[in-house]
Amino acid sequence: MSEGRHTQRGGGWLGVYVIAYLVFLYLPVLLIPLFSFNNSIQAAFPLQGFTVQWYATLFGNSALTSALLNSLVIGVIAATGATLCGITVSYMDLYGRSPLAATISAIARLPILIPGVIVGISLLILINLIGLGPSRIAIVLGHILVALPTTVVIMRSRFAAIPKTIREAALDLGASDWTTFRRVMLPLSLPAIVSAFMLAFLISFDEFIVVFFLAGTEPTLPLYIWSQLRFPRSLPTVMALGTSILAVSFVIAAAAEILRHRGLSATAPRPADPSQPNQTKRGELQWHST
Amino acid sequence: MSTLVATSAPEARSSSGFRAAMLLPGALVTFLLILFALGLVLFLAFRTNDGSLLGAGFTAANFVTVVSDPLYWTVTLRSLVIAALVTLATVVTAYPVAYYLAFHAGRRRGLLLFLVTLPFWTSYLLRVFAWKIVLAYNGVLNSALIESGIWSEPTLAFLNTPAAVVVTLAHAYAPFAILPIYVALDTIPKSLVEAASDLGARPFTSFRRVVLPNSMPGVLAAALVVFVPTVGDYVTPALVGGPASTMIGTLIQAQFGKANDWPFGAALSVAVMLVILAVVLVARIADRRFGSRT
Repeated sequence: MSEGRHTQRGGGWLGVYVIAYLVFLYLPVLLIPLFSFNNSIQAAFPLQGFTVQWYATLFGNSALTSALLNSLVIGVIAATGATLCGITVSYMDLYGRSPLAATISAIARLPILIPGVIVGISLLILINLIGLGPSRIAIVLGHILVALPTTVVIMRSRFAAIPKTIREAALDLGASDWTTFRRVMLPLSLPAIVSAFMLAFLISFDEFIVVFFLAGTEPTLPLYIWSQLRFPRSLPTVMALGTSILAVSFVIAAAAEILRHRGLSATAPRPADPSQPNQTKRGELQWHST
Repeated sequence: MSTLVATSAPEARSSSGFRAAMLLPGALVTFLLILFALGLVLFLAFRTNDGSLLGAGFTAANFVTVVSDPLYWTVTLRSLVIAALVTLATVVTAYPVAYYLAFHAGRRRGLLLFLVTLPFWTSYLLRVFAWKIVLAYNGVLNSALIESGIWSEPTLAFLNTPAAVVVTLAHAYAPFAILPIYVALDTIPKSLVEAASDLGARPFTSFRRVVLPNSMPGVLAAALVVFVPTVGDYVTPALVGGPASTMIGTLIQAQFGKANDWPFGAALSVAVMLVILAVVLVARIADRRFGSRT
């Protein structure tokens, strides 16, 4: 389809533009790794020579280590919760045939339309009302909420891509709802589940706007970075830490994207089902499927 | 869901236990953490601040202050202008990329899609931080300009300006805009474009009359997913904006922090949600109008 008549015309200039756009997208972020190896306390040209001393400062820093552990634990628990909710919400939305399930699914995608600061303060009021107060549990709840639209969208497009006949065959052959879900639908969507989990983990791991309101005495890694930004002397350490976080994020995000596409292509190459006009194409995230 | 209207016999066996178990997690999260929590904000917005969690007595004074104090008009207007500029910049710059992906990318499409989505999953705080080191007085841009002889001494003009906020936010939310536009462009039947050119439309005419109107739902979705988080942002103004670029999110954050007036912060939040609601409604109406053409 891309080899059509209009492919060549204008494609060249547009290609140059796309490359320039990608440079703009990546260049500022890649400055962080560049200056993290620079032997200077300032992020400025000319470069002052190569060093790994800033990375050495990361080790043995107990505040950093506890923030990292905190982020990891919260990330895993929040990602588990968000993935569980994403699976059940999208499954019931597609197969539950109830207005309640459709409503839940619609509300679950609502946080996209709420600025993070309002999500943060609304949860702050809630956790104080139920007596929890700012704490790790509060952060987990906040991150389940922030990651929920992503897990719902991924799982929904995955379930929608599984031919309906497979589920119907299982039910016709006498499998219960639970058996059909557990033995047929879940295994078929395993790559998407893993992908949703990884992306939810990343969202939690990198999240700052909401966690700012919910953290008690144990900060997460982004909060630790925020606290260090006030001190010019810790700039190189922040860049070394930032580089490590970026590297981990890139690897996890890449693995998740590959998994999601592989999972979709396993059942996708069949003619488009006319009864499902909103089926997402090629597994792209479609936030606003109405 | 219209796709599931056709009822098949096995559905009748649907056990209520299974349904309840499957609905429970989502119901808890959506009703408690989203709806109830937002309801609390609305409730609190009509209370008087007496230092207690839920305030005391009902009042509309918070909203009167929001509407009558020119400070809040200034900051709200500034937030709207900044968010509108960011949205415009992101959508306009993303459109050609989405267009290339949909019509010209060929075999490179998978790789390019991957490259434009990857920054989506990296730390927002770090993306903003990157701009802080770029724009700082003794930062990357100033030193590079001096090093290359373009500038003789560093300038303060980059950091702590509303322009810095616009550039930083436009960069931070750039990946959000491409995908919705790409999906909209990619789902346009190729026969439509071919019919236009067969009927003698020149490439630009067929783009203006066929491709662009058909991609408007994606453009509007992109505008919305960029506008909403930027209008309430408080991190970027704090890191690169300086006092002249205080946004409404900054004020909300302050009410729940230093200022410690939660009811007033809640009223500001309600005001922001009303503004967003208005924008969503306008987008919906625009969507209908463009949608009816196809």
